[in-house]
Amino acid sequence: MIWNSWNDFWAMGGYGLYVWGSFGVTALLMALEVVWVKNARAQALSQVASELAAQTNSKDWS
Amino acid sequence: MFGLLATGLSVWGLWLGMFVAPTDFQQGEGYRIIFVHVPVSWMSMVIYLAMAFWALLGLTFNTRLSGMMTKALAPTGAIFAFLSLWTGALWGKPMWGAWWVWDARLTSELILFFLYLGHIALTSAIDDPRRADKAGGILALVGALNVPVIYFSVKWWNTLHQGASVSLTKGSSMAQVMLEAMLIMGIAFWMYAVAIALYRVRSIILVRERHTQWVAELPEVKAHMMKNSVGGAIA
Repeated sequence: MIWNSWNDFWAMGGYGLYVWGSFGVTALLMALEVVWVKNARAQALSQVASELAAQTNSKDWS
Repeated sequence: MFGLLATGLSVWGLWLGMFVAPTDFQQGEGYRIIFVHVPVSWMSMVIYLAMAFWALLGLTFNTRLSGMMTKALAPTGAIFAFLSLWTGALWGKPMWGAWWVWDARLTSELILFFLYLGHIALTSAIDDPRRADKAGGILALVGALNVPVIYFSVKWWNTLHQGASVSLTKGSSMAQVMLEAMLIMGIAFWMYAVAIALYRVRSIILVRERHTQWVAELPEVKAHMMKNSVGGAIA
């Protein structure tokens, strides 16, 4: 272990803003991307499902 | 599967990078940005090459999956290219005294970011998927010329950006544990990119193949239809 305390760790020898700004935004964007692809999947599923439903309904009518 | 690998390797890489690797004698603790900056930069180039590979396959053999893979990779590549510039700016400020300089390495990486954005804009502006794939494929292939320019920019021009710390021919100029942490983070981000692109391509396939029998018979689609019809009945 190279750090004396948690305060030391977060301060990063005075570079805290730069180091945590890099790691934080990277983690944030990756987490957001996971949410985006999950939303896109749900959207794709409901689009396909509603189109299929529309097809079967029109078959029932004709 | 790839997602689990990415998570596990990230934890290991971050542990080595943040708790085990020693302080750099020149840059103090600020150098630790390397453990995200270098992996995201590598991935921004690797993903573009992967897109160019799929584009080449699609344009020569007219394979159906190629265009979808190219499209699925682009947003992830754009995010990595942005992160490369972002972490680079946060590293440049304390070390060089500037967030940004018009250096060959930085400029070519910025062009890469714009190529990704251009690819996304171009393919989503064309309604016909086959024509969109073709246009996107050509852009991906032509833009791939920029990748070696980024990689060799620090050699070809006199740049403020430092040269490569890791080279295939000369080995590494870094401490062993720093190098290990960086490589592990690189593999972790690679696995992340694979996981997310495959997840995204599944949605694209679903929409494009919506008129086929197998999509109609997919359990997830059936579950969604049930949910819709129940919701409709209540309304």
